[in-house]
Amino acid sequence: MVRQELQKLAVYAFFLAILLIPMLGFRSASFEPDRALKIWGVFVGILILNFIVKAVRGGRAAVEAHKEPWTERTRERISRIPRLYTIGGLALLAAVYPLMANNYMIDVGITCLIYVSLGLGLNIVVGLCGLLDLGYIAFYAVGAYTYSLLNLTFGVSFWAALPMGVVLGMVCGCIIGYPTLKMRGDYLAIVTLGFGEIVRLVLNNWDSLTAGPNGLFGMKRPTLYYPSFADGGFSWVAYYLKSLPALYYLILIIVVLTIVGVRRLDNSRIGRAWIAIREDETAAELSGVPTTWNKLLAYALGAAFASVAGAFFAAKLSYTNPNFFLFMESCIVLCIVVLGGVGSIPGIVVAGFVLIAVPEIFRGLENYRMLAFGAIMTIMMVVKPEGLIPASRRKRELHATDPHPHEESDGRDR
Amino acid sequence: MDLTALLLQQMVNAIFLGSIYALIALGYTMVYGIIELINFAHGELFTAGAFIGVIVLSALQQAGWVESHFVLTLIIVFGLAMAYVAVLGVAVEHVAYKPLRNSSRLSALLSALGMSIFLSNGMMLSQGVSDRAYPQVFGLQAIEILGARITKGQIFIILLAIALMVALQLFVHRTRLGKAMRATAQNRTMARMLGIDIDQTIRITFMIGPALGAAAGVMVGLFYGAVRFDMGFIFMIKAFAAAILGGIGSIPGAMLGGLIIGVIEVGWAAFLPSAWKDVTTFTVLILVLYLKPSGLLGESVSEVRV
Repeated sequence: MVRQELQKLAVYAFFLAILLIPMLGFRSASFEPDRALKIWGVFVGILILNFIVKAVRGGRAAVEAHKEPWTERTRERISRIPRLYTIGGLALLAAVYPLMANNYMIDVGITCLIYVSLGLGLNIVVGLCGLLDLGYIAFYAVGAYTYSLLNLTFGVSFWAALPMGVVLGMVCGCIIGYPTLKMRGDYLAIVTLGFGEIVRLVLNNWDSLTAGPNGLFGMKRPTLYYPSFADGGFSWVAYYLKSLPALYYLILIIVVLTIVGVRRLDNSRIGRAWIAIREDETAAELSGVPTTWNKLLAYALGAAFASVAGAFFAAKLSYTNPNFFLFMESCIVLCIVVLGGVGSIPGIVVAGFVLIAVPEIFRGLENYRMLAFGAIMTIMMVVKPEGLIPASRRKRELHATDPHPHEESDGRDR
Repeated sequence: MDLTALLLQQMVNAIFLGSIYALIALGYTMVYGIIELINFAHGELFTAGAFIGVIVLSALQQAGWVESHFVLTLIIVFGLAMAYVAVLGVAVEHVAYKPLRNSSRLSALLSALGMSIFLSNGMMLSQGVSDRAYPQVFGLQAIEILGARITKGQIFIILLAIALMVALQLFVHRTRLGKAMRATAQNRTMARMLGIDIDQTIRITFMIGPALGAAAGVMVGLFYGAVRFDMGFIFMIKAFAAAILGGIGSIPGAMLGGLIIGVIEVGWAAFLPSAWKDVTTFTVLILVLYLKPSGLLGESVSEVRV
């Protein structure tokens, strides 16, 4: 057993050397092996560590087989705290955060919240309905540009533009959703990716409308109106939400509304229909779930949430440009959903903060951010496909392996 | 330049570009035929091939081999790039696909996507953000046929692409391994019962497909004179459009699809605003998927084969 593992280790180390040394050792034509060997060492170190852990665990496996892993125990402990306390505590923390933090920290908080709301929206499409959408950021762009254009050309206010952005986002969601309804997962992924790129290219190339790569700027901030009786008469006074704390509270409200909305959807008839479609579309269809309508609805609602986030983003920065909406952004949002746990609302909130705030703290390692995101995505899928905080239903379904062997559900020959 | 010459010129460009797309599309199609999953990391494998190509070629150029042993240099460059990417392809399969072979499609797609992001950023960090210049080994000499100029490099690349495709066709249809691949693609359970080593067959598919992509990567580098860490993305989408257009799972389909996408793109860029040419490819992709998802030469979806 140990011998076999050691052999495997040697083979892996050998192939890692083959793969890493040419790519890392040659930046120009000259060979500089230091860096390559260092990184190779790190990888092999991880492998050896893994080997040792396995060997130690193998020895103890018999003793510890009945014990639950520590993650399970922690989760157990957390779930024993009354729900009201955890949610209330988090809400309080979120509410007082701007009072304690400096502007930079508030700004990071706003970014986190934007991504959380994007993650929650994508969760509807990917997590609940099981449709892999790689062009999700396009709907974010639709929201941002709708507000920018309406505000700049017609002076429409944020609040009036928001529903228009939502409607337009939903229409776009249906436009992309309709042709892809019949497709299976991987086709869908590529088509949505293509669609996302089309939106970006259109924004980039349609100079007369979107100002191309220069972007649009000068949008008004969202306003609040309060009545004033200052000079005897009655009038409405506009208050521009300019300061960071004000914007923070606005996005916080948006996120809370999104959470409530997604939760309600998740537990509704529609949510159950989505989950049925995710698990087995044919069976769902045969059981009388209107799959076409529900898939379109998932796209439209996911797009609507992204559109709201986009409008907020444009209003906050007073600036948009097509390069905010690269494919990588879609990947970041997807990574949030994957890390948090597909279909799990608390998981996505936590993952959104972890994935956006942690790279801010380690600014020096910024270049490694996407590398880590890619690795996280693969590792999560291989090791823990249900995510950090799994949705209860999904967890049962993914870990029903041993007592009841999980049948292949897509009905194809494997 | 008169109209015939212009058309001929564009035709040559289209065939050139199309054969590159076809080579990349073959990688998709083969992998899809075997495991019915898209290899999301294919674009990055293609880029890795281009990088290994530039590394080897620069080293050989410094050693003066380009002048003294021109053909040998090309063989080494293509050989090493393809071999490296074949190993990388197997590594991708081992890390991102194999553990998930019995999970849901969504999991496998996400893990492959993660791999793609990881590789593309790994290459960005190791090879830099800016373009890497390819040594120009073919020179600018061109042959003129009816007013259309064809460079030596273009001729070489087209011939090599055709040779690789013919070799692949022979491999798939004439060898035992090729037969095993076709059998696995048709019915995996049955193939396993008949004693075919499924794991090995999948591994070999993940060697050959990416190796063809790597050859395409070196070709792109040689012709356009530069490589960049993110160039795989756009080629990936176009090659994917080609694979879908031809019918995914079908090798002749991938070749035909590559050619058609090449013609569409070159035609668009020649006569219409070229800023929109990528939009056209995406639109073609979406239209094909909507109107005829089985593609031009594809079987009905239940009967996909290599």
